[in-house]
This record gives sequence, C-alpha cells and structure tokens, in this order.
Amino acid sequence: MPNVGIVLISHSLKVVEGIQEIIQQAVLNVPIEIAGGTDDNKIGTSVQKIINAIVKAYSEKGVLLFYDLGSAKMNAELAIELYGYENVKVVNAPLLEGAYVAAVESSIGKSLEEIEQTTQTITKDS
Amino acid sequence: MKLDVQQVLNWLEKTNEKIQMNKEYLTSLDRAIGDGDHGINMSRGFQEAIDKTTTTTYISVSDVLKDVAMTLISKVGGASGPLYGTAFLKMSMVVKNRELIDKKTLENALESALEGILQRGKAQLNDKTLVDVWTPVVDLLKAKEVIKGSELEEVAKNAMESTKERMAKKGRAAYLKERSIGHLDPGSVSSYYLFASLAEVLSEEE
Repeated sequence: MPNVGIVLISHSLKVVEGIQEIIQQAVLNVPIEIAGGTDDNKIGTSVQKIINAIVKAYSEKGVLLFYDLGSAKMNAELAIELYGYENVKVVNAPLLEGAYVAAVESSIGKSLEEIEQTTQTITKDS
Repeated sequence: MKLDVQQVLNWLEKTNEKIQMNKEYLTSLDRAIGDGDHGINMSRGFQEAIDKTTTTTYISVSDVLKDVAMTLISKVGGASGPLYGTAFLKMSMVVKNRELIDKKTLENALESALEGILQRGKAQLNDKTLVDVWTPVVDLLKAKEVIKGSELEEVAKNAMESTKERMAKKGRAAYLKERSIGHLDPGSVSSYYLFASLAEVLSEEE
C-alpha cells in the first residue's frame, strides 16, 4: 500500500532541495518530490515542474502540495485544474513545518484527509 | 464593433510593443513594492506569445487567445503568468466557435476573465492589484451599448493611476503595508497597456 505523496513548491530550487533533505533524513517511505524555481531555474515557479512532481509523487492515496509565496499557490492550483487530477490538494500550511508533519503522518499510513486536517493546525511548536 | 482574428492579433502585437518598450519601467515599479520581476516576466511571456501567434495560422479567435494563455502559463514564473494566463483562457472559452467578437461577446469575455483573475488571485477590488483596472473596464462595457476606443483608454488609465494612492492588500506589495502607498501597482500598469492597445484597435474601426 503506497503512502500519500508530498510535493514541495518554492520560488527557489535551493529551498525545496534543502527541505526535501531535511524530511528525507527522518522519513524514507514517502514520495517527496520538488518543484523549485522556473523552467530555467530562476526565481519563480513553473506549472510544468509542478505537474512533473505530482506525476512522480502520485498514487491512488493522493498527493498534497505545499507552497511558499502567493504565485506558487496560483500555479499549484492551475496545475491541478489543467490536468484534472483527483486526490491532489494544495495545503495552506507553512512549507517546511507543514510538509514535515505531513510526511511523518503519511509514513504511518494516514489518509490524505487525515493529514490535511492535521496540517490545518500546525504552528512552529507543534 | 467586430473583432476578427487579424484584429485580435493586432491587439496582442500592440500590447507586446508597449510591454517591450516599457520593460524597464515595469521592472522599476515592481522593484519599488514587489520582487522586481514584472517587466522581465511580461516581456518574456508576451514575446513568446507573439512568436507563437505570428508563426501559426488561425481560423478562430478562440485559438489565438488559448495559445496566448498557454504560453503565459508555461513561460512566466511570477504571479502575472497564472493571472494573465487564466484571464486569456477564460476569454478563449467565451469566444469559442466564433469567427468574430462583437461588443456583447467582448463584454462577456472580459467579465469572465475578471472572474477568473478574482478566483485565481483571491484579490478584491481596491487591494491595489490588476483587479482595480479590470473591474472598471468591465463595468464600462456593461454600461454602454456602444464602446468607443477613447472611452476605454480613459477609464483604464484613470483606474491604473488610482492604484497609486492605495495601500496594497494582496500580492508581494501587501507585506509593505502603508509603505506601498505612493507607488503605482505594476500589474495595473501592464493591464492598462492591454486595454490601451484594445482601445487603439477599436478606434481604428470607428
């Protein structure tokens, strides 16, 4: 049984590479994919990179998308709409802390809905 | 009024010219209250869109607008990509299966584009975003039976200038709070170029 996948979206490739590294130190059985920077790796986000990351992280258990600043969210929502994925959701939680908690929850087999609910209440101290 | 494929292409080319000519200006506006990429993003996105539309043969206006939408969505990394991309995508859907855009269709297309922008960006009127230009333009079209180029240009220009005294509530500029007052919103300026270009195309027809 696969686990819920996580996609990290940031304006900077370095940011999501770093966060991926932090999460994978603790969680090994969850797909953590990244979409950082524009197509030519400048500061910004890319719909195509987000779609590619969703495809890689995808299973029937679904994928949760975490983002950093405003336009990253817009491109995440656009990626989902354009390709009509089921079970793929954008999460409104801090990128690092949110994705970390989600990855841990996913690793113990929680569902997309359960993880989404937990991430709603995340603060620095949780 | 009626816009055919050639006139829509003309509208886009005029918009691109204004954006290329004012690339540095847009960047300087965005550097003051944002992340400084608006000129670069808009010039790259629209140039790519024009490269696409000038090398493609079109029989429907819908396909022109759709190609512009997909180019902006895929080539622009900042907020203007998803926002303008969504706007053009909505327009292309409204004008689908039509060879010509009449006044009522233009009104419906721009209204649908504005709805798309609102839904995508979650901004409201007077948040100091491009919504502040698109809203009065759509209102003008809804209020008038016949639309004149000069009226459209004037409404868009006044709306763009009105963003200067506002405090940003959405987008990167919102982090600056009252320090965003006194600067024009870059997205409203680029939207003005879009509508000023449309106004020119309409005036040529009058």
